[in-house]
Amino acid sequence: MAIAERPLTPALARGTSTIVTPKSSLGAFRRPVSTTGWRSWVFTVDHKKLGIMYGVCAFTFFILGGCEALLIRLQLAAGENKVLSASAYNQMFTMHATTMIFLFVMPMAAAFGNYLVPLQIGARDVAFPRLNAFGFWCFLVGGIFLNTSWFLGGASDSGWFAYAPNTSLAFSPSHGVDFWALGLQITGIASLTGAINLIVTVMNMRAPGMSLMRMPIFSWMILVIQFLLLFAVPVITVALFLLMFERNFGAAFFDVDKGADPLLWQHLFWIFGHPEVYILILPSFGIVSEVLPVFARKPLFGYKFVVFSGAAIGFLGWGVWAHHMFASGLGPVSVAVFSVATMAIALPTGVKIVNWTMTLWGGKLHFTTAMLFAIGLIIEFTIGGLSGVTHSVSPSDTQQTDTYYIVAHFHYVLFGGAVFGLFAGFYYWWPKVFGKMLSERLGKWNFWLMVIGMNLTFGPMHILGLQGQPRRMVTWTRFRAGDGFFNLAFWNFVATVGSFILALGILLFVINVFKTWRSPVLAPGDPWDARTLEWMTTSPPKEHNFDVIPTVHSLDEFFHLKYAEEGETGELEKITDYEHIMADQEANADKHIHMPSPSYWPIVLAVGLPIIAYGIIFSHVLAVVGAAVVLFGAFGWSLEPSVAPDSDYEPPIDEPTTKELAPLG
Amino acid sequence: MADTVAPTTPASEPDTTLSIDLATAPDIHGQTPTPGAAHGEGGEHGHATSTGLSNNKLAMWMFLGSECLLFGGLISTYMLYRGRHEGSPSPSQLYNIPLTSVSSFVLLMSSLTMVLAVSAAQRHDDRTTSTWLTVTALLGATFVGAQVFEFTEFYHEGLGFTTNLFGSSFFTLTGFHGVHVTVGIILLMSLVGMINRNKIPGNKAEVVEMIGLYWHFVDIVWIVIFTLVYLIPS
Repeated sequence: MAIAERPLTPALARGTSTIVTPKSSLGAFRRPVSTTGWRSWVFTVDHKKLGIMYGVCAFTFFILGGCEALLIRLQLAAGENKVLSASAYNQMFTMHATTMIFLFVMPMAAAFGNYLVPLQIGARDVAFPRLNAFGFWCFLVGGIFLNTSWFLGGASDSGWFAYAPNTSLAFSPSHGVDFWALGLQITGIASLTGAINLIVTVMNMRAPGMSLMRMPIFSWMILVIQFLLLFAVPVITVALFLLMFERNFGAAFFDVDKGADPLLWQHLFWIFGHPEVYILILPSFGIVSEVLPVFARKPLFGYKFVVFSGAAIGFLGWGVWAHHMFASGLGPVSVAVFSVATMAIALPTGVKIVNWTMTLWGGKLHFTTAMLFAIGLIIEFTIGGLSGVTHSVSPSDTQQTDTYYIVAHFHYVLFGGAVFGLFAGFYYWWPKVFGKMLSERLGKWNFWLMVIGMNLTFGPMHILGLQGQPRRMVTWTRFRAGDGFFNLAFWNFVATVGSFILALGILLFVINVFKTWRSPVLAPGDPWDARTLEWMTTSPPKEHNFDVIPTVHSLDEFFHLKYAEEGETGELEKITDYEHIMADQEANADKHIHMPSPSYWPIVLAVGLPIIAYGIIFSHVLAVVGAAVVLFGAFGWSLEPSVAPDSDYEPPIDEPTTKELAPLG
Repeated sequence: MADTVAPTTPASEPDTTLSIDLATAPDIHGQTPTPGAAHGEGGEHGHATSTGLSNNKLAMWMFLGSECLLFGGLISTYMLYRGRHEGSPSPSQLYNIPLTSVSSFVLLMSSLTMVLAVSAAQRHDDRTTSTWLTVTALLGATFVGAQVFEFTEFYHEGLGFTTNLFGSSFFTLTGFHGVHVTVGIILLMSLVGMINRNKIPGNKAEVVEMIGLYWHFVDIVWIVIFTLVYLIPS
């Protein structure tokens, strides 16, 4: 609804929507007005373009993190291998985890959330379009900043958890940890602004009739993770500030010589870090909850249970962080409490698994690639979830901690869970976003190679871990590999082979994308006979999303418009189709839809941040320059209304208008 | 909440406009649309929001919720480390309670002047708004000045940022708060400049109120810090 509707001028005929773009400038600087070319992307505030940009950049980081993983697996393929030096290996596993978590899964969830939430709730944009653009640029400049450390003295080598005092200058003398701390600080700004933006959007901008309990489950899960981000990000912000003050300004926070308590870092990190785990997985839970009902031809089983179990995971996720610290000597009471809390969080997760299974039960299943990935998630995530329950039992965890068993567990939940969910989303929403279908044939190859690859890679890690192979060790020796079925050499080799099969699967996806891009065949508007509002518009959607903001009468509104229950038998009967609904919308289209205007300021403000960060590391003069850029951007931003005033239009609009967007957003 | 200002959009005529007025949309989700929210404030942003709170204000509340956790983390760090003051005077020897009480009082009074500014802004009285905003900023600056003086005193008495854990965590916590007050002062002064040049996009009273929310939050945090850091002996 982020628009103004104006009375029609007599000259304008009914039938088509007119988008007005500002033609002239405001204040000292002209607004960007391009609607084509690179400028239309760089200065855009459109949530759909930003969603695509988030997706493309996150996938690029995914490839980068994947290559780092392959190098790690190559190094471990044989005993006493020399592919990587010990120092390079440390940097590799640190950056692999950091990239995959902060630069792939989180921004990819932001890509889906940005693109789909406004469409699913029937809005025309997010509440703060410029803030949205700012968040994207913070993520991108933060990610690039982090990766420039490779060329400026080496990347962080402290692990993604960066335990103190490993991160102190004595043990990590290169600038790697500085880059890590400052880079995450910048991407943290992206998460925080994104969280505020999407919460306000969902709370305030739902279409008429869209009560919270009629909201698609994906939007619900995105809402839950935005609250998790809102409260988790500031905690890691504190931790990263303490670390930066210690390394760059001589503070004593983690200096054990001065009596510091290294557990302070662990607590701060995991109070953020455990909600973070749910931040990574819940978007995928949302995606499969959309995909399964569509391809099972049944409504989601127990919608309310799925919503409330998602929210319950969000609450309980705050009370389990110390299960990452069982081996640190917390004392029996803490260990017992966190042990029980961790077991309890398996319940809402189990509820979801049951609901998905029951959605499939008795449905007319269509095994499309999206559906295969969704079913894959149910199975692989359950395996990872069960090994997770074994960690919640603290005596068992004490055995497993810091072994490959842990690596096996979190790759099953993150790769088999989060990544499979995201791939289900790619195949399901590709025709929506790009108007073309990904090849189903290549897609099935993609899916099976990924399933086989991931199970071959991460399955053997259970064995390796229980045999005692420690995490983060640059090499293992043949001499101590053992023999028989459980020898380390064989299973390490299998894991490496598996990782390359996995990489081949991903490569097929990339090929699929290129083939689809070049293919002239357009997708039908509603290829899956879908259920939710985002399909009730053209593919790709128009800039203003909907010609008419839909009025919502039920959960799965689009489906219930298309189908009605037959009186006697309760059988569903198709009463209308996508084409008719679209024709109806176009005939009643709103006139003069007034969309938020592009802006230079988000990117100006975001670019100032890494300049400050480089300044903190290398020269404080540079930091002052960066701060000046930020201040300049902030003033430019606040002096520019987010929606161009009517006088900016050519010809100027005389009629008074109403706009719902926040003027400061 | 939206003030009811005369709606500037002409009444809809069904045959010439296609605007969806939420107040008249079918009430199918059981919420009674509030007439005030539906008609909006002035010409800038008028549609009802699902919660009835404006986007800006809801966003500010969310941001402040997030800030609670930021200060929570910093305060926890200080509480953990305040007893570890090897090599410097102890907190009870350093703290100048009368001075800090006065500066705390000044900061609290700035909340009062902020309220007066918001109230003037809601009456559309720009001159009085600017005046009270300036007074608020001056009171804030007095507080920051006292903090700078206090920091200098501590430094001369042997407590530096790097001296020990107590020093690092004390300066970080109070420093973060001081930076928040300073940002608030910059916001207030920018606001005064923008009001005087009539450069505020959107609803002026709401912008003043939002910055007011931030300012009150920073004050409340100081009450917590003053109590925990200065008044409770370690």
